Amino acid sequence: MELTDLTISEIHNRLKKKEFSAKELCKAYLDRIEKEDKKIFSFLTVTKKLALSQAEKIDNLIAKREKLPILAGVPAAIKDIILVKDVRCTAGSKILENYTAIYDATVIKKLKTQGVVILGKTNLDEFAMGSSTENSAFFKTKNPHDLSRVPGGSSGGSAAAVAANLCTFALGTDTGGSIRQPASFCGIVGLKPTYGAVSRYGLIAFASSLDQIGPITKTVEDAKIVFDVIKGRDEMDSTSIGGGYDKGLGSPYRQVSKGYVTDKRYRNRLRNRQTLNNLRFGVPKEYFIEGMDPEVEEIIKEAIKKFETLGAKIEEISLPHTEYALPCYYIIAPSEASANLARYDAIRYGELKTQNSKVKTLIDYYFKIRGEGFGEEVRRRIMLGTYALSAGYYEAYYKRALKVRTLVKQDFEKAFQKVDLILTPVSPTPAFKLGERVLDPLKMYLSDIFTVPVNLAGLPAISIPAGKVKNKLPVGLQIIGQAFREEEIFKVASLFEEANL
Amino acid sequence: MISKKEVKHIAKLARLSLNKREILKMQQELSKILDYIEKLRKVDVSGVKPAPYSIQVENIMRNDEVKTVDPTIKKKILEQAPETKDGFVKVKSIIDKPWS
Repeated sequence: MELTDLTISEIHNRLKKKEFSAKELCKAYLDRIEKEDKKIFSFLTVTKKLALSQAEKIDNLIAKREKLPILAGVPAAIKDIILVKDVRCTAGSKILENYTAIYDATVIKKLKTQGVVILGKTNLDEFAMGSSTENSAFFKTKNPHDLSRVPGGSSGGSAAAVAANLCTFALGTDTGGSIRQPASFCGIVGLKPTYGAVSRYGLIAFASSLDQIGPITKTVEDAKIVFDVIKGRDEMDSTSIGGGYDKGLGSPYRQVSKGYVTDKRYRNRLRNRQTLNNLRFGVPKEYFIEGMDPEVEEIIKEAIKKFETLGAKIEEISLPHTEYALPCYYIIAPSEASANLARYDAIRYGELKTQNSKVKTLIDYYFKIRGEGFGEEVRRRIMLGTYALSAGYYEAYYKRALKVRTLVKQDFEKAFQKVDLILTPVSPTPAFKLGERVLDPLKMYLSDIFTVPVNLAGLPAISIPAGKVKNKLPVGLQIIGQAFREEEIFKVASLFEEANL
Repeated sequence: MISKKEVKHIAKLARLSLNKREILKMQQELSKILDYIEKLRKVDVSGVKPAPYSIQVENIMRNDEVKTVDPTIKKKILEQAPETKDGFVKVKSIIDKPWS
């Protein structure tokens, strides 16, 4: 087994036993990035110096026999839309090509306190707008399972890096599926936490009522470990919530969740709870649509059967407003984006290399900078959002979309009166070919049809590997939970993961 | 279908320069997306309250106080700006013909 194959708890235990040093581990990853990322193109920036200095600190702790936090020495990659102090942060855009972060995002602060080794910043669709990472202003990331295909998006660089063992885990962001869909395409685990669970201070905003930061990992256990570190109330983000987790909010599996630090005990406890008896799972009939890849449908149905053999009670449910979730999202997200992206004026930061000195007045400068600095998809969404919010259209588009959002949310609330969790596909197809959908924006949008409703309702959901199409392309299963009940999702996802090995 | 005139107007509001070819392309793409979004008109939303957020959020105000910033941070911030003068960020002239 290679060092770069290890999971978080394996690294933790072996660092403690001094089987290898944090620096050796860090170097193994840096070497692998140097060799393999020429094919995958997942990193926009590799922070070699930072990584080695962080690893050295951990080795000093080990030498002094000090207590190691669970993530100490664990090498991670960060989506390049989350700020890491003194490291370039581009958001995948030309307009931020030369921008250097002057502070750490709260999630980065938390990871650094734990002793995480930051290997670098990963590629993404510009400002996280896209489903294939092809909208990056810099280069296209490839799917490690098939280099002619996309890794999904917008957290495609993070997902590809985890799948290719170029990091142990990565952080991504999910506004309409940007963690779950690439996790599905790359055959790994991705969690979109409950809205408000994780602070977004230091995250470059796309759509503020939808954005969440979450872990992309190799196993469910790793997702849980990272989530537990990054979650919680932060006074720098007024939408972040802490209390619910401390109180457990009635999660029936809270007792199982403790003690994961001693990995063996955690696993034993899971093993002792081998069934999903008394848990009810809903399968929404609206999520099995025409045009869905038949092999994907087959894999998801098999996965649902497996839940049944594990003791779960499966029920068909209805989420009647599902077909309106995507059009609703494509009003709300661009509207918020058009407001959030108004700040990019290249006055305080964001100078373009091609800047034209002929431009004399401020207004001409705005037009030029923003016209040249933003890529096609970003411009399209700014236009769409500006249109939806403009005089005469606000009521018909934006306000109506907010009302439809209420209905989408109520669909889930009603469903959760009957069932504990919901099982669905993550995306209607496996990873598609590079270039296949870039010319048809609407077709690209449709790959998020099963993930978007979750963001509108603010719920937590995970994507876990369920199988492979033609023994090659991974397909993810989505488990949607009730707000603040990530614990329950981890629990059932772990049982499925173990049974599906 | 959205008109070319509307596209130009929206681009102006959004401060995006678009050339003729881009305007035409934007017109076609936006029309297609807006046709899809039209679906929402079929939903009966009478009596439904809008949900700007999925969870209930409260507006939290902070005190409006001047805080001192570490000079090295101030330096780093200013270094990011394309043009500065005397420790301030410089902005292009707002009026077409300066009075100089």
